[in-house]
Amino acid sequence: MAEQTKVTTLEKVVIRFSGDSGDGMQLTGTIFSNLSAIFGNEISTFPDYPAEVRAPQGTLSGVSGFQVHLGSRKIFTPGDKADVLVAMNPAALKVNVKHLKPNAIVVIDTDSFQKSDLDKALFTTDDPFKELGLGSVQVVAAPISSMVKDGLTEFGLDNKSALRCKNMFALGLVCWLFERPLEEAMHMLQNKFAKKPAIAQANIKALTDGYNYGNNIHASVSTYRIESKKAEPGYYTDVNGNKATSYGLIAAAEKAGLQLFLGSYPITPATDILHELSKRKDLGVITVQAEDEIAGICTSIGASFAGCLAATSTSGPGLALKSEAIGLAVIAELPLVIIDVQRGGPSTGMPTKSEQTDLMQALYGRNGESPLVVIAASTPTDCFDAAYWAGKLSVEHMTPVILLTDAFIANGSSAWKLPDLDKYPEIVPNYVSNYQDTEKVWKAYRRDKESLVRYWAIPGTEGFTHRLGGLEKDYETSAISTDPVNHQKMVSTRQAKIDKIADYIPELEVIGDKDADLLIVGWGGTYGHLYEAMETMQEQGKKVALAHFKFINPLPKNTAEVLGKYKKVVVAEQNNGQFANYLRGKVSGFNPYRFNRVKGQPFVVARLVEEFTKIMEA
Amino acid sequence: MATEEIKFQPKDYKSDQYVRWCPGCGDHAVLNCLHKAMAEVGVAPHDMAVISGIGCSSRLPYYMNTYGFHTIHGRGAAIATGVKTARPDLSVWLITGDGDCLAIGGNHFIHAVRRNIDLNIVLFNNKIYGLTKGQYSPTSDRGFVSKSSPYGTVEDPFIPAELTLGSRGNFFARAIDVDLKNTTEILTASARHKGASVTEVLVNCVIFNDGIHKKIVDKEFRADKTIFLRHGEKMLFGKNNEKGIVLEGLKLKAVTIGEDGYTLDDILVHDAHEKDNTLHMMLAMMGEDMPVALGIIRDVEGVTYDEAVHQQIEEVQAKNPTRKLKDLLMQGEIWEVK
Repeated sequence: MAEQTKVTTLEKVVIRFSGDSGDGMQLTGTIFSNLSAIFGNEISTFPDYPAEVRAPQGTLSGVSGFQVHLGSRKIFTPGDKADVLVAMNPAALKVNVKHLKPNAIVVIDTDSFQKSDLDKALFTTDDPFKELGLGSVQVVAAPISSMVKDGLTEFGLDNKSALRCKNMFALGLVCWLFERPLEEAMHMLQNKFAKKPAIAQANIKALTDGYNYGNNIHASVSTYRIESKKAEPGYYTDVNGNKATSYGLIAAAEKAGLQLFLGSYPITPATDILHELSKRKDLGVITVQAEDEIAGICTSIGASFAGCLAATSTSGPGLALKSEAIGLAVIAELPLVIIDVQRGGPSTGMPTKSEQTDLMQALYGRNGESPLVVIAASTPTDCFDAAYWAGKLSVEHMTPVILLTDAFIANGSSAWKLPDLDKYPEIVPNYVSNYQDTEKVWKAYRRDKESLVRYWAIPGTEGFTHRLGGLEKDYETSAISTDPVNHQKMVSTRQAKIDKIADYIPELEVIGDKDADLLIVGWGGTYGHLYEAMETMQEQGKKVALAHFKFINPLPKNTAEVLGKYKKVVVAEQNNGQFANYLRGKVSGFNPYRFNRVKGQPFVVARLVEEFTKIMEA
Repeated sequence: MATEEIKFQPKDYKSDQYVRWCPGCGDHAVLNCLHKAMAEVGVAPHDMAVISGIGCSSRLPYYMNTYGFHTIHGRGAAIATGVKTARPDLSVWLITGDGDCLAIGGNHFIHAVRRNIDLNIVLFNNKIYGLTKGQYSPTSDRGFVSKSSPYGTVEDPFIPAELTLGSRGNFFARAIDVDLKNTTEILTASARHKGASVTEVLVNCVIFNDGIHKKIVDKEFRADKTIFLRHGEKMLFGKNNEKGIVLEGLKLKAVTIGEDGYTLDDILVHDAHEKDNTLHMMLAMMGEDMPVALGIIRDVEGVTYDEAVHQQIEEVQAKNPTRKLKDLLMQGEIWEVK
């Protein structure tokens, strides 16, 4: 019968696993994306989980999802809409109806589509598909729960434990749909449950049963084949943005020869950075879970003063609490990396959703003239490079650096070629041992003439005791000063020090058509969507280019030149125009089109293409 | 830290900065005591980090020839925690006042004490906001009249000792600015104590709260209104040590030896090292018709946070040879593309 299966070859496909937050959908999605990556596909993933830890079972608020985008060519986003949806219950189906393509395949567990299940998801009829207007989807209706229970009788598990394996049955079914060999998945399950071999075997059995079930019913649906593509040779792993950020900091500390210190307070969606770095005692990382956000940054400032590469991780509300302390790091001219994993705001806002609304806060959210470096990461894997740069600039230029990521890239993951640290730029702190001025005796605020960076004298070093503080200091003597001329000079010097960093960062690159009729400008975590929009428009024969900013303050030196080259420029961002306004202040005469969405959800490529096309035609 | 062989003088801890506290301010005396205490302990000035928040007393780091950091209001404890956790080898001091430590910085203070991080905390208590020119503080007594409480306050104060012991503090001492010898002795002991030590110094603010501790510290009252506690010694006070403290039922009582049948044998012996803090709390709370307790009220050894953090790193490293990011990544879920 196998030869009758209709195999569709696609370049890209989007699969969404969805169920109750206890159904193990995140694990299912992760395994599937990993084995697809190993198979040679490009992947991008995004978990979409509820803010509530465990909402009532089977209800709409308890639905947890994991989306995987697979492709044979470069994939940057988890995709707009799903080609395949695995819905473990009616609530999952209902919540995801807006994420479905019209001809999608929907896999359901019929055992959990009974009357009581439909009631919990607030269906009023007994045909959820009809009720949702899903006439054109192909449904694979499998009694997953009962088949899992039957298949696992030999293991002697209790009912509850057996049913926990139903996500693996679903995974097996999806593996069949996508012609994925099961060996890698089995291997991962053995690793995951290394200490519980019986559970590992039960999961593997459910996985195999699911696959075989798919094989037996194959005639009724089409299966997908995604060609594998040849990636650059090397070792790869799957990494999400928070993990990559943690690794980037570790790499920077390693390269600089400094101990890494993280002071942090739990906050969604940044806490995984604290989790990851707390595990890394093997690499000598010190973490302090502080009593509040302010203590999170203050312990880091103390550690920086004491000679560590110090960082603090947070999200928007936490950044607000940290602002006074950031000002202290600015005036004390101490290195510090502040990671803001942006989420929906204002106030508590939407903790698990993604936005780019903290840009102005990062740039200007402090009292006084307090310039610092702002960097934004563009993809999950780019978080590594961005964190590395944040660490590098902070210790080399004795300044706080705010690294902006967002919930989307922090939780989203993609395949990552393990970095070769030898190829990363050196990190050389400006230690006080570099001070060589023979005319003037060393003081805490003496500076390198070229970079204006002060020298780092670490406690314990004989001959360099000094006092720092939040009060303005004299340019020459480093003592407290309220002299008006001196204050003007110090304000200007702190600004000039940051401005000069433009000499030490890469120039802005433009990708796409050299003679583009439209330049798309973006920053941070929207890179993937903007890139795909550009690619789609190019396929339609349009001439488009993309300039995506990683360095926000200072801007790359060629910014004005790049922006001035194009007839039309659109700045697209997930806020009300913060970057566009910032650029207008920095580049005279710049007046871009704007595309702004603040929904807590990633951009939709199709919408971008539509809006950008309108701008081109305007 | 420097070896004990090198001897330091008090002047080695003195910076070249002109001390800007008001003439007659109690802070001058504490600064001098700290210089002396450090010379006594013998930590090299460059191995000391003196951290402070905001307020009159928080200017102190500028007057120390050590590494110093005058930070932001209330956050000194958190910053000092970072310094000490990063560098347990440094002698880390936190200089703070009643407003800085117990109002805006209360949260950081109780958590630093709870963690038992090895900080030497010197709490200058003048029961007033001096730098902002005279508002009541969290240690001002109920009914205290100040610029911000013209009709008297309607709130009860914190007793620093009660807060410290309530935060599971292992070292609490109380000193007075006018008693240089004992203050130096207490600061020396605080420096030598492993773990968070809190020394409350009752200081006088000559401008905004002159004489606030007068009824306790003035020579004419001191012998009868205070008791200086020393570990292992009987709790005696009075001009001729004729009075003492006894325990009656669940209460402390001040008695005169030879009166009402009390003899020297009835007088309690101070045990600062007792783990149970019940009696320490009772001693620390004495006042009104009892003498105010000075000296080291509690001094108990415990595991310090900074040591435990580094010990945990060593334990993990002893079991796991991974030291480089590259090695860590190669041990994870990886695949090779050839």
